[in-house]
Amino acid sequence: MKSSLFGLAALAAIAALPLTAAAQKSTAEGIAEYRAMLADGNPAELYEAKGEGLWKEARGPKKASLEQCDLGKGPGVVKGAFVELPRFFADTQRVQDLESRLLTCMEQLQGFNAGEIAKTRFGAGEQKTIESLVAYISGESRELAFNVPQSHAKEKLMYEVGKKMFYLRGGPYDFSCASCHGEDNKRVRLQDLPNLTRQPGAGVGFGSWPAYRVSSGDLWSMQRRLNDCYRQQRFPFPGYASDATIALGVYMGVNAKGGASIAPALKR
Amino acid sequence: MTMMNKTHAQVKKAAKAVLPAAGLALAALLASCAIAPTAQQVDEAAQQVLKSSFSEQGIAKMDRLMPDASNQACSEAAGKPLDEKLAKSIEEANLKTVKLPSDGKYLGNWAEGEKIAQNGRGLTWTDKPGEANGGSCYNCHQISKAELSFGSIGPSLYNYGKLRGVSNPASAESKPIVDYTWGKLWNAKAYNACSDMPRFGHASILDEQQIRDVMALLLDPNSPVNK
Repeated sequence: MKSSLFGLAALAAIAALPLTAAAQKSTAEGIAEYRAMLADGNPAELYEAKGEGLWKEARGPKKASLEQCDLGKGPGVVKGAFVELPRFFADTQRVQDLESRLLTCMEQLQGFNAGEIAKTRFGAGEQKTIESLVAYISGESRELAFNVPQSHAKEKLMYEVGKKMFYLRGGPYDFSCASCHGEDNKRVRLQDLPNLTRQPGAGVGFGSWPAYRVSSGDLWSMQRRLNDCYRQQRFPFPGYASDATIALGVYMGVNAKGGASIAPALKR
Repeated sequence: MTMMNKTHAQVKKAAKAVLPAAGLALAALLASCAIAPTAQQVDEAAQQVLKSSFSEQGIAKMDRLMPDASNQACSEAAGKPLDEKLAKSIEEANLKTVKLPSDGKYLGNWAEGEKIAQNGRGLTWTDKPGEANGGSCYNCHQISKAELSFGSIGPSLYNYGKLRGVSNPASAESKPIVDYTWGKLWNAKAYNACSDMPRFGHASILDEQQIRDVMALLLDPNSPVNK
């Protein structure tokens, strides 16, 4: 805990440095250094520990744990599952990302209403549970290489649909995901934008979420990250764990093949 | 071959097992395909996914997902350059939408323009209807020298007027660049079919007076941009 606080103070110090155009690069480097320094003091670790507890705790109307949840590598296998999601699941006949799969497990094993959870706003109710669960599950794949499968016809279709979503221009600003994430070395204001169409950008971008966000002081899942992207894209509201968001997950995840997952990461 | 057969069998089994309406059409599509989906299958699936995934929220209605001809072509190009003829026809159609200032006055107040350039708010589902929008200019462009937090998606606009030799924006020599800049702000797709820049006038993001003010920020010799 002490080291986290020290790290946050360090970020504040970096952010307060007087900037010059020439210093922009070194600011980005400074933030990268700060992240490295904090590698073992990321507040996301608190969510990981909480998530592990929630995974094993008997909860919900059925008073059951999630220990029999199949995240793609068999019931109860958490290690390495994150870097192979989204994938096709035979029981639901759907391609699912981590969060849509958690909804399935919470409904089937614990008796929660998945539709209700999907409608709950981020950071409230069982969405709060999911924050911790995704931190725990992603943490169990830390430093592993992404290998999102493309062997099932539906996985291939979802990749292509995801690519369509990525390049779809719409809204009053004509923005698509590609407006910000289609080229190397671009920034919005001072924020570096990963190129999500290929490596290494796709691994850096896709592989950073879920993440603890210093600016909002909580843990953001990939679904929450995508939701806010769409808000800023001036699009209508993407449903939680909807197929559009899952398809984008397949597109980014497959493009990230070979990249190492650093989730749950630390973001400004 | 066995791989393929297995996939086919799985897909057929999948098609039978799927119950609710949402998955039905997808499954029907898949039952007929071997490995890679066809372009038509992808298009149909994408349309269905869009419809089932998004809903209106606040001022962000579903019509925002209905691309006009320009966005349609640029979406389909998926980051690759458009066919030259298609690009030309899109640019011509967009150029026709450009409305010149009603009173013939192109430049407003650069200080107001700077505020608009700084403001990145507007038209998201958390914004209220009728609020004035920002121009989000610094998100993508360097503009004045003083602002160091600028993006790099668009080119630097520092010294925009000065570099183009505009010492008196009202002069005849300056007219072409003044007209072009107005047109670019009104509808950027008039000059570059798949430009990343929003069509600020055409899409009613900024009003005429706001565009005059941004024009002044870029072209007024007294603007810090041209110092």
